[in-house]
Amino acid sequence: MNEMIVVQDLVKNYGEFCAVNHVSFSVPEGVIFGFLGPNGAGKTTTIKMLTTVLDPTSGTIRVNGHDPTREQKQVRQSFGIVFQDPSLDDELTAYENMDLHGVLYGVPRAERHQRIDMLVEFVGLAERKKDLVKTYSGGMKRRLEVARALLHRPRILCLDEPTIGLDPQTRNHIWGHIQQLSKDEGVTVFFTTHYMDEADRVASDVAVIDHGKIVSHGSPADLKQRTNCSNLEDAFIALTGHAIREEEANATDRMRMMGRAWRGSGRR
Amino acid sequence: MKAIYILCLRQLKRYVRSPARIIGSLGQPILFLVALGFGFRSMFARAGGGNYINFLSPGIVSMAILFNAVFSGIEIIWDRQFGFLKETLVAPVSRTEIVLGRMLGGAIVAMAQGIIVLVICVIAGFRIQSSILLPLAVVFMFLIALLFAGIGTVFGSVLQDMQGFPLIINFIIMPIFFFSGAIFSANGLPRVMRIGLQLNPLSYGVDGLRGACSTVFAYGLTTDLAVVTVLTALLLGIGSYFFSKIQL
Repeated sequence: MNEMIVVQDLVKNYGEFCAVNHVSFSVPEGVIFGFLGPNGAGKTTTIKMLTTVLDPTSGTIRVNGHDPTREQKQVRQSFGIVFQDPSLDDELTAYENMDLHGVLYGVPRAERHQRIDMLVEFVGLAERKKDLVKTYSGGMKRRLEVARALLHRPRILCLDEPTIGLDPQTRNHIWGHIQQLSKDEGVTVFFTTHYMDEADRVASDVAVIDHGKIVSHGSPADLKQRTNCSNLEDAFIALTGHAIREEEANATDRMRMMGRAWRGSGRR
Repeated sequence: MKAIYILCLRQLKRYVRSPARIIGSLGQPILFLVALGFGFRSMFARAGGGNYINFLSPGIVSMAILFNAVFSGIEIIWDRQFGFLKETLVAPVSRTEIVLGRMLGGAIVAMAQGIIVLVICVIAGFRIQSSILLPLAVVFMFLIALLFAGIGTVFGSVLQDMQGFPLIINFIIMPIFFFSGAIFSANGLPRVMRIGLQLNPLSYGVDGLRGACSTVFAYGLTTDLAVVTVLTALLLGIGSYFFSKIQL
């Protein structure tokens, strides 16, 4: 099988701190791959390096056969991403957000309009496509982001905690779409999540990362068998321990607090 | 090219959709126009300076452009914190195109604000001497807007959050405005201050704009145009460079 993502001996240091410590793994084409780990384990840092927005300290990455540090354009064209936090322009309509994405990814006008209509339908937002995104709920925004990530027909769909803060209905809805897509079009899905039941249900392959290192890699069934656990959550705890991780609030979190204080609560 | 266009269009859409912002950012220039313009008018005339509103108005228009252009650059911080920046940074277009689109959009918005303030100045009694030079006034307004959108982009790219924002406004933008000859002429100033004015890029923008409206240039049209054009080109380059270094 064709390997869509190949990571070899990947390292990222922030000064003394080693966020990603000699990580290697690969993701075959068409697979739904869950990248699991506690807070601060190095998941998001790895995703940032895969998606060209952060340079690794050392190691090699191939995304769809291209190197994210040198062939950025090809890599960026290969994947669609849903980030951990929202990345829509609230002051634009859903349609305008999609259209802007299509232009940036060089999707020709006619195809763009046709695919936007098809995709907003696909995620159940067709009737609200002319509304400003700031009037959307969290779940609607997420669905729109998934639709947007698919607009340019990426070979890889990258999802960083796509279902955080969503109710079970919306979560099921989104995963239903993604699984269907993976089956119909052979899109490779790379995702992170804290919901182990979710990973167990949708992923055919998972890797568990902790303290910047891969501690286990295989199918959810393999992991459960290796740790002698009946469910993936117990297997995860067995692999990564009970200690609760501290994560320093970064500038983004502090800024969000400020934003909330300024604009009244409940916008995000 | 299409990426530049669509990102520029985004800024314009955001601008026209937020009347609160349009009106809000008119407050400061109008305050300065009314308080200084009418407050010092008779004193300025008695000292032999002529019509103070005519002198002050180009300075007030420059002020509106200065602030709006710098804000447009600093908006990068908001886009960074509230997510949209990532969407553009993972797109298969060069960072130069992204930042040029942003700066262009920001500059057009700032210029639009400048034109609104210009109309208000005319209502307040500002008289433009020569309509032939009016296109030149627009050129200067656009160059000032681009120049400071570039400077704002440098700040927006370097700062991680809004904590540094008052620092920039009070220690960089306010002094740039006050020591640009926007509200007083360089004649008769202490030598150090005069040199300060000559080192300030906005001085040449204000003088160019004032000259285009009054037909009298303190530094000369060629000097004004040359200095502002070169600095604008330079700042677009520096702004792009800092933007391209952003890592998430």
